[in-house]
Amino acid sequence: MAIARRKFDAVIIGAGGAGMRAALQLSEAGLKVAVLSKVFPTRSHTVAAQGGIAAALGNVTEDNWHWHMYDTVKGSDYLGDQDAIEFMCRQANEVVYELEHFGMPFDRLENGKIYQRPFGGQSQNFGGAQATRSCAAADRTGHAMLHTLYQRNVRANTQFFIEWMGLDLIRDEQGDVLGVTALEMETGEVMVLQAKATLFATGGAGRIFHASTNAFINTGDGLGMAARAGIPLEDMEFWQFHPTGVYGVGVLISEAVRGEGGYLLNKDGERFMQRYAPHAKDLASRDVVSRALTTEIKEGRGCGKDADHLLLKLDHLGADVINMRLPGIREIAIKFAQVDPINEPIPVVPTAHYMMGGIPTNFHGQVVAPYKTGPEEVVPGFYAVGECACVSVHGANRLGTNSLLDIIVFGRAAGNRIIEDLKKNPHHKPLPADATDKVLTRLTRLENQKGGENVAQVGTALRKTMQAHCGVFRFADMLKQGVSRIGEVAERVAQTEIGDKSRVFNTARIEALELDNLVEVALATMVSAEARNESRGAHARDDFPKRDDDKWLKHTLYFSADRRLDYKPVRLKPLTVESFPPKPRVY
Amino acid sequence: MRFSIYRYDPDKDDKPHMQDYDVALEPSDRMLLDALVRIKSVDDSLSLRRSCREGVCGSDAMNINGRNGLACITPVAGLREPVELRPLPGLPVIRDLIVDMTQFFQQYHSIKPYLINNDPPPETERLQSPAERAELDGVYECILCACCTTACPSFWWNPDKFVGPAGLLQAYRFLADSRDQAGAERLDNLEDPYRLFRCHSIMNCVDACPKGLNPTSAIGKIKDMMVKRTV
Repeated sequence: MAIARRKFDAVIIGAGGAGMRAALQLSEAGLKVAVLSKVFPTRSHTVAAQGGIAAALGNVTEDNWHWHMYDTVKGSDYLGDQDAIEFMCRQANEVVYELEHFGMPFDRLENGKIYQRPFGGQSQNFGGAQATRSCAAADRTGHAMLHTLYQRNVRANTQFFIEWMGLDLIRDEQGDVLGVTALEMETGEVMVLQAKATLFATGGAGRIFHASTNAFINTGDGLGMAARAGIPLEDMEFWQFHPTGVYGVGVLISEAVRGEGGYLLNKDGERFMQRYAPHAKDLASRDVVSRALTTEIKEGRGCGKDADHLLLKLDHLGADVINMRLPGIREIAIKFAQVDPINEPIPVVPTAHYMMGGIPTNFHGQVVAPYKTGPEEVVPGFYAVGECACVSVHGANRLGTNSLLDIIVFGRAAGNRIIEDLKKNPHHKPLPADATDKVLTRLTRLENQKGGENVAQVGTALRKTMQAHCGVFRFADMLKQGVSRIGEVAERVAQTEIGDKSRVFNTARIEALELDNLVEVALATMVSAEARNESRGAHARDDFPKRDDDKWLKHTLYFSADRRLDYKPVRLKPLTVESFPPKPRVY
Repeated sequence: MRFSIYRYDPDKDDKPHMQDYDVALEPSDRMLLDALVRIKSVDDSLSLRRSCREGVCGSDAMNINGRNGLACITPVAGLREPVELRPLPGLPVIRDLIVDMTQFFQQYHSIKPYLINNDPPPETERLQSPAERAELDGVYECILCACCTTACPSFWWNPDKFVGPAGLLQAYRFLADSRDQAGAERLDNLEDPYRLFRCHSIMNCVDACPKGLNPTSAIGKIKDMMVKRTV
């Protein structure tokens, strides 16, 4: 098969907040950029972010970036890299003002400044009183941000390849990244997109879990592509379970509800978070709150006839606050939980939400891997930002509103870095002869598979396995079994069969290719979780209930080829300030 | 539950046809999208767009028993059977329930959907009072699903010339923004027998919007602005 080829300065895979912030930087610098997205850009999952973007603007309470840095390090359970965290928190104000200048419709305070609300894990003065740091557009901050970034890219004439799916990374003998192969969904054609810089901004992979707040498109495509190309995946055992997904449905109910003054109740009508986090209560870190909910259910204090969920009460905020600050939440509760939160509490349960791990990068967005001489060598030509990357600012647990900040700060930083790198490397490297072999093998296998299993069926097996074996609390025997079960699922994934062989918008083929990526993520998660014999952030082991800094203050690296693990040190040294040494984490 | 779904695959079909499905739903299949995902798990050739499954991304707009809506926030309970599903009207069909939205987005792009402000940006945020910001409520929330525009007879008739309700709602979003400086230019861009004035206040758009927005009212406000600047 002859495969068409196009050349660009840079190719970006993914048009969510991270991809579009990077694209804007590159387009405005006059580079020739292709931005590929499986969906029209404003349908990317950034659109679903609700509560806000963190920045120490100090519009409501006194604040500064250093306090934000402390909160983020503590929130990460000391697994976050402190150089990257300092980098992010220092730039937060600037990037938020920039978004406002782009036209983002933030809510406003009486004095005309950007509205801010409190969020979990935010403190003043290094662990003191609650801070008010989340800059918000009602409870639709992600929507407001994503549309603004798309609009700004329209202005900058960014070239989008809409409804294109990245398939595999192209690396040469030295390991340099030279572009990707991609599929145009409408025509079914495969193309080589050759680039001097390839940036992954493919988002999360929450679809490895049965109950997830994530969109259907969140299938870890960037992680799958990277893993198949020999790039390790970092800290994949750390998955955030959001405390408040709608019971039985999984749709997200923003932490903004608790930021505005809502709180959780068990079946006795008790505000149980007071027992788990006497100081921060309902605004403790998400891992802490999710464990509290799970414990309440386990100990028989759940609500409903099956005692399997908790209640999120907000009616006391009054109709005005709810309609002004939480209109989207009200809409979701009415549609998906059949309750109007103005009158009744919302039934909620912890739900898989965010992947702290990902493709290892430095704070310039450059992918780093054990390569040639060191554990963190830059992979030439390869960049990753946003949820698919592990930079690592979230460590073992992400704070709410730090994800929108992450995508904007590192999207911009990667854009800037690519501009610099291309000045030094102005020419395309020649493509290797086997550039398309890997992808053609996969596509041909899928095309010709006979007697294989249905994609939906194998996908369900994968999601149920992850849900049962790798949830909020993790048990040694379940993890061990989980590793072998997910290994069995992986064998089934390699044998899937599709009935639909059409060239035109073949979504069956897309879903089969997505499953190849999901299984890479699931394997990495399960193997990494089974090995980490401690509890840290979102990784809570029943058999090792304590954090173990002597043995485990280190990042996991998972290699797909032989399902091998390696480790690298946490970067405890910030850029300019003093390090925050690990200490007991209480809220 | 019984469904009758529009099917067309240009790779093998000469013309479209309706296909019947009878599918046993689980109690957890509350929304139409859940039902479609269940059908697709049996017949993988059924093609549709979907993503967030909570009504914010705008992917799964389709014509449901004659009305445009989002499958993911349309409860199956209460739908008349067989549930008749067709692609959004007025746009070319690529396959099954997937339409070619090029023209819809061209119209959106034509209104310059970005803030224009040529002053040097200040050190911090541009100030905007809560009242000024409130002008954007009911306007900025649009998810570009095209339910409204493809329900509009004026758009069906002149999709290349009439901006359509979604595009005009967004035109108003920038006209209404106290930070935008291109009001006159934006109105010039719409002062045309087709671009704005093909709207005859039929109000199908209001009826169709799954987010409860009101493009007709926004269009009325643009027309008021036009009148005001001539007197």
